[in-house]
Amino acid sequence: MNDIKVSARDVQVWYADNHAIKDVSVEIEDKTVTAFIGPSGCGKSTFLRCINRMNDTIDICRVEGDILLDGEDIYDPQVDPVQLRAKVGMVFQKPNPFPKSIYDNVAYGPRIHGLASGRSELDAVVEKSLRRAALWDEVKDRLNASGTGLSGGQQQRLCIARAVATEPEVLLMDEPASALDPIATAQIEELIDELREKFAVVIVTHSMQQAARVSQKTAFFHLGNLVEYGETSQIFTNPVDPRTESYITGRIG
Amino acid sequence: MTVNSQSPTSSSQGQAGPRKSRSLLAVDAHTKRRNASEARFQFMGKLAVGIGILALVGLLASILANGLSSFRQTYVTVDIFLDPAKLDKDGSGDLAKIAKVTTFGYKPLIKRAMAAAIAEHGIDDQGLKAKKIAALISPQAPATLRNYVLAHPDQIGKTVAFNLLASGRIDGYFKGRVTMDSAKLDRNISPEQLRLADEMHRVGLLETRFNWAFFTAPDASDTRPEAAGLGVAILGSAYMMIVVLLLALPLGVAASIYLEEFSKQNFLTDLIEVNISNLAAVPSIVFGILGLAVFINFAGLPKSAPIVGGLVLTLMTLPTIIIATRAALKAVPPSIREAALGVGASKMQTVFHHVLPLAMPGILTGAIIGLAQALGESAPLLLIGMVAFVREYPAAPPEGFFDPAAALPVQIYNWTTRGDPAFVERASGAIIVLLAFLLTMNIVAIILRRRFERRW
Ligand SMILES: Nc1ncnc2c1ncn2[C@@H]1O[C@H](COP(=O)(O)OP(=O)(O)O)[C@@H](O)[C@H]1O
Ligand SMILES: [Mg+2]
Repeated sequence: MNDIKVSARDVQVWYADNHAIKDVSVEIEDKTVTAFIGPSGCGKSTFLRCINRMNDTIDICRVEGDILLDGEDIYDPQVDPVQLRAKVGMVFQKPNPFPKSIYDNVAYGPRIHGLASGRSELDAVVEKSLRRAALWDEVKDRLNASGTGLSGGQQQRLCIARAVATEPEVLLMDEPASALDPIATAQIEELIDELREKFAVVIVTHSMQQAARVSQKTAFFHLGNLVEYGETSQIFTNPVDPRTESYITGRIG
Repeated sequence: MTVNSQSPTSSSQGQAGPRKSRSLLAVDAHTKRRNASEARFQFMGKLAVGIGILALVGLLASILANGLSSFRQTYVTVDIFLDPAKLDKDGSGDLAKIAKVTTFGYKPLIKRAMAAAIAEHGIDDQGLKAKKIAALISPQAPATLRNYVLAHPDQIGKTVAFNLLASGRIDGYFKGRVTMDSAKLDRNISPEQLRLADEMHRVGLLETRFNWAFFTAPDASDTRPEAAGLGVAILGSAYMMIVVLLLALPLGVAASIYLEEFSKQNFLTDLIEVNISNLAAVPSIVFGILGLAVFINFAGLPKSAPIVGGLVLTLMTLPTIIIATRAALKAVPPSIREAALGVGASKMQTVFHHVLPLAMPGILTGAIIGLAQALGESAPLLLIGMVAFVREYPAAPPEGFFDPAAALPVQIYNWTTRGDPAFVERASGAIIVLLAFLLTMNIVAIILRRRFERRW
C-alpha cells in the first residue's frame, strides 16, 4: 500500500446556506489514481476544489474540518493558498489554455514560481512537461503558436502539461475528458495512467467506465455524503451500500 | 378506464379528420398573418433607420454648408512703408519708445499703402475716400503690423509686403454671404467698396486662401470675426484632455479592478456600485457646480484654468470609465482566472498577467468614449468660466494648466451668441473641427480594439 498523501477529516462545505459537503473523511494515497464518482450536483467538484483551496475564491463558500497534505493542515492560517496550489495542480473540465503561445502556457507556472533560471532551463522544463503530457511530438515545431488554436484534446493535454510544469505532488482533475471526443478521451486516460508514477491523481468523472478504467481507488458521493470509498474493483463488482449499487447499475444518476 | 383514455383521441380525430399532410406549396392563413406582421415590423425598422440617417445627413450638410467656408479666408497683399516719421520719431531705434506707438498710429500707414497700391495697379477707386478704401482691411491689421515692427525693429524705414486680413464683410462677399443688395442696407460696407474689392481681386491684390490662422489664432472681439481662431480653445481642450487622461484612466481602472477582482461582494460594494451608476447619469452641469464650489471656491484654484476644467471633466468621466472597465473585466471568462490561480498565481498576478490584457480593448474603448464625451462637454465648463478671452497663447505645460484658456465646445457656444453673421460661419467651422476630433478618437478606439482583440 502507498503512503497517504491527502487526508480529509470531517470536511463540511457550505455555499451560503447550502450544505454541499457533509462530514466527508477520506484518505487519498500517493502514486494512485483516485476517482470521485456520483450523480451530478452531489459535491464531487466542491470537494475536489477543497484540496487546493480553489473554493477560497468563492465569497459565499465556507469550509470546515481538516485537510492534511503530508500531515500538514492546508487550512492553517499560516498556509498561503498560492503556495499550496503550486503543490496541488489542477486541470479543469473545460480546456482553458491562456490565450498565449503554447510555450508561454507551459512556462507560466515555472516562471512565476522561479523554478527555472535562464532560458535553456526553462526550455527543458517546457519540453519535459509537454512530453509528460504526451503532447511534445505534436507541438514541438510550433511552440510559438497560440495555445487556443489547438484541438480540444490537445488543449486539455496542454493544460495538463501546464499543471505538471510546476512539479506538483497532487494533480486534481475535474472531469478532464468530458468535453472531448472518444479518441482524445482515450489519450487522456492513457496519460493519467502514466502520471500515476509521479503524482497522486484525483479525478472527478461522471463516466463509470472511465473510473473503472483509470482508477485504483473510487469514492462514491451522494447528496454531499461520501457513501462508499474503496478499491475500484470492489466498488464496481461488490458495492457495500445499496445507493452505490443503484448508481453503478444506473438506477440513480 | 379504457373508454376514458380513448375518448380524447377519438374525439380529436373526429374534429380534425384523418391527419393528412398539407402541401408545403400552399401557404395557410396562420403563416400568412405571421409573415405579414414580420414584414410590417421590418418596414418600421427600416423607416426608423431611414429617419435617423436622414436627420444625420441633414445635420452634417447644414454644418458643412455653413462652416466649410471658415477654412478659407480672404487676404489683401500690400506693400507697406514702415515710416520712421510715424514709428520712431527721434530715430533712436529704442524699443520702449517704439512700443509707445499704439495700433492707432499704424492706421495711416495702411491707408497710405492701400491708396498707393490702387494707384499703382491703375484700378478705378470707385470714388471712395482713402478711409473707406482702408476699411477693406480688417481692424486687426494695425495690430498685426505693430507686432511685426516690435519683433523686427530693424525693418523701420523699409517697405515690407504684408498679407493682411480683409475685413469680415469683404471676406463674406467672396464667400457669398454678403451681396451687392445686402451691402446697400449695410452701414459697414457699400457696393462701391465691394466693386473695388472685385477689381483688386482681378489684379491679384486680394485673394482667398486656406485659413491656417483658424486653427492657431486666438479668439477675437465682436468687430473682427475674420481674425477669430480656435488656437486657444484647441490648446485649452488639449490640456484638459491630458488632465482627464492622466487622472481618470488610472483612477477609473484601479477602482474597477479593485471592485471587480478583489473586493468581497457586500452591502458596501453594492452601495458603491449603485452610486457609480447614478453618477454616470448625473447631468453634467451638476459637476460644473461641484467644480466651482470645490476646486475654485474651496481649493482656490484659478478660474478658467484647464486644470480646473480637467478636474471637473475627470469627475464626469470617471463613472463612464469605471462602468466600461468593469464590463470589460466581467467579460473575461472566469476559466482564465481559474487557470491562473490553479497553477499558483496570486490574485494580482492573475489580474495583471491574464485578465487585464484580455480586458484591454474594452477598457481602452471605454476610456476613449469617456474622453470623447469630455471633449464635447460645454455646460460644466461654462460654469467654471472656461471662456477666457486670451489674446496671447496660454503658456506651454506645466504652467499652461493654470493659465486661463477656453475650450472647443465653449468657444462654439460663445461664437453662436455673437451678433455678426460671420461668427455663425466660425461656429460651424469649429463644430466641424470638434467633430473631426471626435471622429478621430472613435476611429482610434476601433483600431485599438481590433489590434488588441484576442480569442480565448
Ligand atoms: N459556486 C457555487 N456557488 C453556489 N453553489 C455552488 C457553487 N458550486 C457548486 N454549488 C452547489 O454545490 C453543490 C455541489 O456542486 P458540485 O460540487 O459542482 O457538484 P458535482 O461536481 O458533483 O456535480 C450543488 O448543489 C451546487 O449547486
Ligand atoms: Mg462538477
